[in-house]
Amino acid sequence: MRFKPDMKWSDVTPKADFLNRRQLISGAAALAAGGVAGQIAAREAWHPADGEGLELNSFEDISNYNNFYEFGTGKGDPAQYAGALTTKPWTVKIDGMVDRPGDYDLDDLLSGIATEERIYRFRCVEAWSMVIPWTGFELNRVLDRVGVQPSARYVAFETLVRPEEMIGQRRNTLDWPYREGLRLDEAMNPLTIIATGLYDEPLPNQNGAPLRLVVPWKYGFKSIKSIVRITLTEDEPPTSWNMQNPGEYGFYSNVNPEVDHPRWSQATERRIGDGLFARRRPTLMFNGYGDYVGDLYAGMDLAEFY
Amino acid sequence: MNANMLNTALRKVPGWLVYTLGALPFAWLVVQLFTGGLGVDPVKALEHRLGEIGLQFLIAGLAVTPLRRLTGVNLLKHRRAIGLLGFFYVFAHLLVWLVLDIQLLWGQIWADILKRPYITIGMLAFVLMVPLAITSNNASLRRIGAAAWRRLHRLTYAVVLLGAVHFVMVVKGWQVEPFIYLGIIVALLLLRIRVSVLKQAWVRVRGESRKRVI
Repeated sequence: MRFKPDMKWSDVTPKADFLNRRQLISGAAALAAGGVAGQIAAREAWHPADGEGLELNSFEDISNYNNFYEFGTGKGDPAQYAGALTTKPWTVKIDGMVDRPGDYDLDDLLSGIATEERIYRFRCVEAWSMVIPWTGFELNRVLDRVGVQPSARYVAFETLVRPEEMIGQRRNTLDWPYREGLRLDEAMNPLTIIATGLYDEPLPNQNGAPLRLVVPWKYGFKSIKSIVRITLTEDEPPTSWNMQNPGEYGFYSNVNPEVDHPRWSQATERRIGDGLFARRRPTLMFNGYGDYVGDLYAGMDLAEFY
Repeated sequence: MNANMLNTALRKVPGWLVYTLGALPFAWLVVQLFTGGLGVDPVKALEHRLGEIGLQFLIAGLAVTPLRRLTGVNLLKHRRAIGLLGFFYVFAHLLVWLVLDIQLLWGQIWADILKRPYITIGMLAFVLMVPLAITSNNASLRRIGAAAWRRLHRLTYAVVLLGAVHFVMVVKGWQVEPFIYLGIIVALLLLRIRVSVLKQAWVRVRGESRKRVI
């Protein structure tokens, strides 16, 4: 395997190509009016590569194929219904073992934090995958800002509950709010980001606007969307899928081709957008990010802590 | 129009027309498959739609008898076509899984069938359907004999139940739709039990009253 820690856009998809694609999608006018790129501090995208599978999924693929049960269980439901979600104003409660707890207005919380692009593989536990150009920043920037106390060991996250706007929440598909969590060292790892954008544009609602977690070496359901609460805790926090079915979903949920899920073999995956007859790809340990995160689990039995 | 007139009309509907109408959803799926109508992940969409339509045909087949008992409408002539169409869609569902989804990775396929209960159950339902599909013709009916044939085809009840359980298990979280399917199937099966139990009870009661008369 060949790792390139600082892949650039140009290494992945010729810029002209994806601009063309974007023009087709949103129309040239939107691009001309945008000037979004100017606000982005770092152009280089951190994409540890394995020599193949670098082709980005299109904006349409990424924004029309979502698991976001707050808007329904169909893959197309979020794109259809998430438009109803109000994302401004947005408040994030940060509490627990932090020096400066409080209800933070999102703009205040993120002021002065520069965004950068991160091109990550995204691997769903359902054994499909994409390659996604996120815009965001490292979660540790926010955690540093609020001051994590020494006794904190975990970070818990919660998604908004607003059934008036999130029609999937009118049914008890899951025990709302959606909850996720990370160990503190996982949360502080430079690969762990808060994404606020996609393809240089604000995050579409169906992808978890206005802010979501992205943890590229874990199955997609760990990357919780539309976050309204971040809590630093001493104990491992409850997480939604683990609560729903503890035999199937563990707290760690690291991408691991050797540890099977009761429903889906995790040895291979289908890359969305590859076409009807595309071959399955072998799934990589830690989704290909082992060089960056393998140390976090040194000495742990990953079959036990799945 | 009363049930008798409707039945006369239904009897005149030729078998080929039922098969043709039943194949239309398949044709529509193929058209959508090659025109981008199945969305971002056409493989999964196709797989799920075929399974769903298959289950709908099987439920329709299961409804023929209760429909006749409750309303007098007789679709018995077309039940074979309905059942075979159900088999066809379930088989297509299986083929899409094998070829396009899991792509004939036999190691993974066997592991899935043995280790994943929803796939085990789905496979079992399919295997049980095979003898029913093979014997769904007049020659087989004559060779086996009507009574034995009918007994064999009671496997349908198990097949449809297993199909619905497969659906309930394949979805994540608590979703309503598969439970609606399961509920309809259980209701249709209960209707049969109830009618037959009532019949037996009636026969018993009548027998006893005759005895008293004697």
